[in-house]
This record gives sequence, C-alpha cells and structure tokens, in this order.
Amino acid sequence: MPPEQGEIVRRIVADLKDRPGPLIEVLHAVQGALGYVPADAVPIVAEALNLSRAEVHGVVTFYHFFRETPPGKHTVHICRAEACQSMGANALVAHAKKRLGVDFHETTPDGVFSLEQVFCLGNCALSPAAMIDGDLYGRVTPERFDQLVAEKKQ
Amino acid sequence: MTAVTIYVPRDAAALSVGAEEVAAAISNECSARGIELKLIRNGSRGACWLEPLVEVVTPGGRVAYGPVTVGDVASLFDADFLNGKGHQLFLGPTDEIPWFKSQQRLTFARVGIVDPASLADFVANGGYQGLRRALSMTPQDIVQAVLDSGLRGRGGAAFPTGIKWKTVLEQAVEQKYVTCNADEGDSGTFSDRMLMEGDPLCLIEGMTIAGIAVGATQGYIYLRAEYPHAYRALNTAIAAAYQARYLGSDVLGSGKRFDLEVRLGAGAYVCGEETSMLQSLEGKRGEVRVRPPLPAINGLFMKPTIVNNVMTFGSVPTIIQHGAEFYKNFGMGRSRGTLPLQLAGNIKRGGLIERAFGVSLRELLYDYGGGSATGRPIRAVQVGGPLGAFIPASQFDVLIDYEALTASGALLGHGGIVAFDDTVDMAEMARYAMEFCAVESCGKCTPCRIGSTRGVEVIDKIMKGIDGERNLALLEDLCDTMLVGSLCGLGGMTPFPVQSAIKHFREDFRAKAPLKRAG
Repeated sequence: MPPEQGEIVRRIVADLKDRPGPLIEVLHAVQGALGYVPADAVPIVAEALNLSRAEVHGVVTFYHFFRETPPGKHTVHICRAEACQSMGANALVAHAKKRLGVDFHETTPDGVFSLEQVFCLGNCALSPAAMIDGDLYGRVTPERFDQLVAEKKQ
Repeated sequence: MTAVTIYVPRDAAALSVGAEEVAAAISNECSARGIELKLIRNGSRGACWLEPLVEVVTPGGRVAYGPVTVGDVASLFDADFLNGKGHQLFLGPTDEIPWFKSQQRLTFARVGIVDPASLADFVANGGYQGLRRALSMTPQDIVQAVLDSGLRGRGGAAFPTGIKWKTVLEQAVEQKYVTCNADEGDSGTFSDRMLMEGDPLCLIEGMTIAGIAVGATQGYIYLRAEYPHAYRALNTAIAAAYQARYLGSDVLGSGKRFDLEVRLGAGAYVCGEETSMLQSLEGKRGEVRVRPPLPAINGLFMKPTIVNNVMTFGSVPTIIQHGAEFYKNFGMGRSRGTLPLQLAGNIKRGGLIERAFGVSLRELLYDYGGGSATGRPIRAVQVGGPLGAFIPASQFDVLIDYEALTASGALLGHGGIVAFDDTVDMAEMARYAMEFCAVESCGKCTPCRIGSTRGVEVIDKIMKGIDGERNLALLEDLCDTMLVGSLCGLGGMTPFPVQSAIKHFREDFRAKAPLKRAG
C-alpha cells in the first residue's frame, strides 16, 4: 500500500473511531476511498480501534461487500436469487462470464470490469436484474447486457 | 402560461428500466416547445410492469401513461398528453386503474403520490399526524394501541409488535435503542426498498413514535448495502426532519429527544436475523447470538432494543393516527391490518400490492399478476423468500394469512411471492436453497455451516443418479437435523424449500444429465 493510502486510512479511522461500533463504518469509508480494503490497512485500523488484527480481518472477510483486491474500473453485480432465476438469470450469468471472459470475483485483464454475484437487488418484478457501479438495471437480457457493457467501455 | 406538472418516478425499479432518460427527454421536449415544466420525481406506484409510469396533472386529476420509453416522448407531446389526451400508452386517470383501485393502501398510502424529498408534501398528505398524536399520549397508551391493533412483525416472524415494545418500555434503563431491520435480503421482496425510497418519512415517523413510546433516544436504520438509492432517500429525509425539528433534542417542542441515523450493512443475508443485525450494527461479524437474552432486554450494546422491520414501523403512524380499532378492522383471524405483497419473478404484471390479509394467492397471481410473463403455466410459487416453501398449483387457493399459510406447510415471511413457470427444475431450486445457505451461513452452528454444504453434495448425487432413493432419504434426514439443530432461521428454515420441493415435485429429483446427453 502506497504511503498516501496509509494516510487516507489513518484520517478515516481518526474521524470515525469515536462513533458507537465504528468498525464497519470505517471499512465502508476505506473501501469508498480506495476501492478496496488493502491488507496493509488492517493493522492501522486495528490499532486505532484497539482491536486485534484478527478481529478486523474477521469482519473484512465475513461480509461479501468488502473486497481485499482492487476492483476494475466498473463493477458489475448480477443477481442470482430466485426471482431472477425464474426469468433466466442463470443464462445471463453464463453469458456475462463468457462475454467478459472472467468468473465471479475476478477482474478482466484490461482492468475495466469486475464481475460479482449478488443475492437480490430488490428489483424482483423486473427480473433479471444487474447493478453496474450502483446503477440498477432491470429485464437484463444477454443483448441488453452486451449493450450496457459496450456503453461502459466507451 | 402556467407550468405543467409531470411525475416521473425516481424509484430504483423505475430507473432500472429507463426513468431517468425519460425524465430528461420530457424536460428537453418541454424546453424545445417553450413549455414551463414542474417535474416531480415521485416514488413508484408499485406497478413495476408499467414503469416508467409517467403521470400528468390535469384539471381532472393525475392521468397515467406507461410504460414510457425515450422514443415515446415526442409522440406523447404530439398527442397532447399534457391535457390527458389519448395515446397508445394512455392508461386513464391513475386512481381508476383497476390494479391500483382494488388495493387497500395504508402503509403505502403516499408512495408514488408524494415527492419523497419534500417534508411539506409529506405533512400535507397526513404525515406526522401519528407522531403529533403520540406526543399527546402516555407511553403506556401508545404501546397499548400498538398491542390492540394486532400488528405483528412484518419481517417474517410475525411476533406481536406491542409485546416487544412493552418489554422494552418496562426496562428501567437509561439508554434504550430503536433499530430498524432494513436488510431486506429475501429474493422477491422489495416493499421495504419502495417505502424507503417513495415515502422515507413514513418510516422515520414510525421509528420516532417507537422511541417516544419506550423512552429510547437513539434510532438506527440498518440498511443493506445493495440499496444505494434508498440510502440517499433516507439521508435526505432525515436531514429534512432534523431541520424541521421532527428529529433531534426536542421533537416538536416536546422536550423529548430522538436521534436517527442510517448504518449500511455489507452484503450478508444472515444480518436480516435480528441478533446478527445487532452484532453488525456494533461493527462486528454478523454472527447470530444465542437467545435468551432477548434483544428487548439485552439488545444493541446490550441495552434494551426494539428491533422491527421497515413495514412494521411503516404501519405504526396509521395505527396511532387512526386508532387501533381502525387498523384491526382490516384482515382476518389473528392476521390484522394490511400487508404489502410483492409479486415477482416469472409474472406478467409484477409489483407491489397492499391488501388486507385474506386475499388468495390465486387472485394475486392471476387477477393482479395476469399469469406468467412467459405465457406458460405457473408450476410453483415460492412465498416468503429463500427460506420459504414452494407451493404447487394445486394449492393456489390458500389465503394470505399467517396461520393459513403455516397450516398448508408454507410461510408468509416478508410477503414476497416468486412465480416459476413449468420450465423450472425443482431439484435445481432445492440445490440452490442449500447453496445459498452455504454461501450465507454465519458459521456459528454446525447444522447450518456443514449441513448446507452436505446438502448441495447429496442433491448433486441424486441428480447424477447415484443411489437416488438412498440419497433422497439421506437428504430428508439432513433436513430434519438442520431444522431442529440450527441456531437461527437460516439453517433452521433452509429445509422448507428443499422439503416442499421433494414433497410436491418428487419427479424432478432424478438423474437428468444422461438424458440431456442422449438428446
């Protein structure tokens, strides 16, 4: 982790450490600023919050949302839950993996897309659903997926 | 010329099918034609299949057009939709559309109607009447009203809300908390999201009443990270409520304090379980706590804590404003009031339908839903999220009522209804239930942590035709172990979809791969 990133982490944790139960808030802020939670951030956070490294590492790894590697420029979440399955989510997942050439939790070699699974985006009446960088999409056919990917790539 | 008023939803579901682009196109078209526009970004009325649903305010009321695409906008102007004139997307006066008209909206009364970002709009439409009334009542009377209303927890457990509140009220402790479980993780559910985006102040009002009732000064909304739109809407509404002194150190000049903030989850289904949610709010791993002690006695930071779902808090303002009797008069048996149901999956007309308890599943699927989206027969329906049972077509006459569904071997949960057509492979769905449990298990108890992985393996063997009958018996045995031995509902209810799939669709639990290869 570059020194300037360490400085960002220290500033975040100093800002938030007096809030009740701050660890998850701190991790959200770190990931918000850096895109992920670097391994080197763990001891800094642990020391500032008077926790063990194991406790911080345990929280980082418990939650699917926190990532320990840098994400691609765009993060694509595809919903795999039941409602989306009933409208072809499995086929969409297969298509997306093939189209991007990566599996879940991987990033394309050009660093443009990270692919993640998600279990429900709350768009179950317009299945299948996907989320790209926090924007929600409904009725995502393989064709629409290709179109969205092409738009993001520009 | 006076400005025309047009509503285009900002609800995430509407945005997911192009509402933002439609709003921009309408705005541009108005500029080009020299028309002064007042564009209001409302919540969704709940008819997801009509989104983006555009409404124009005419002298005769709001007139609806939908689903509108960017390509339709110019032709809508040409057809004079600003005066409610005909067009192929014309749906008539919004309130007269049968899908809306037959609903009984209490919790969702304002959703889709008001501007969620406007506190003035909220108050003008009956908002904060419940809180004003609560401030004139004793804490005991508020709790008694909730108890008398028959309101039961809408998150799924259906525990009487008033009893929870009474327990917290009775604790003679300085610091108490009100927490809202907005970790709406069940597939097929989106009512919490729609309320938080479409009428966030309704939730805020309900939580404030809870705080006043039990003497809690701090509230937390535990919101899932998958809902960034709701996060923004809630924070906007909370800031407005503080500004107008509906929140803070002196709620409406009563001298009573109630502070509220949103905390984001981080993608863990198990955090919808209340003790796991409390662990997560404390910044820890979302591992389930052993009960007792109950959260009402030792909850957040081990202090007495109300934990209720968004829909539960969202029902409270109505109950306090109109009285327990009013609310209780909706519903059937021990299920009182209304329930926002969510029709999802392979369904033609999906969305949110708020009705009193007692509506039949068939009416929801066919009268509201119009059958499957694919036009094929609906073979199975899963009610109550990933831990809910699969219901076969022969049982579609079951009524939406906690006891009626339990009697038929299913459960109502958070009111999500997911339809599947006849192409569904129920063994695959059973496998998915186990896989989901394995991914989401918090790991604290063995039946859930290990059982779910073994479950996937056993179903894989069955589907490969390895010792089919013996492995099916083993699977049923495993389900029993998870059912009785798990600490919380995740491991304890994952068997429901599996067992119901075996019971009603046993023919799917056989080797299929060799047949596919032969074909």
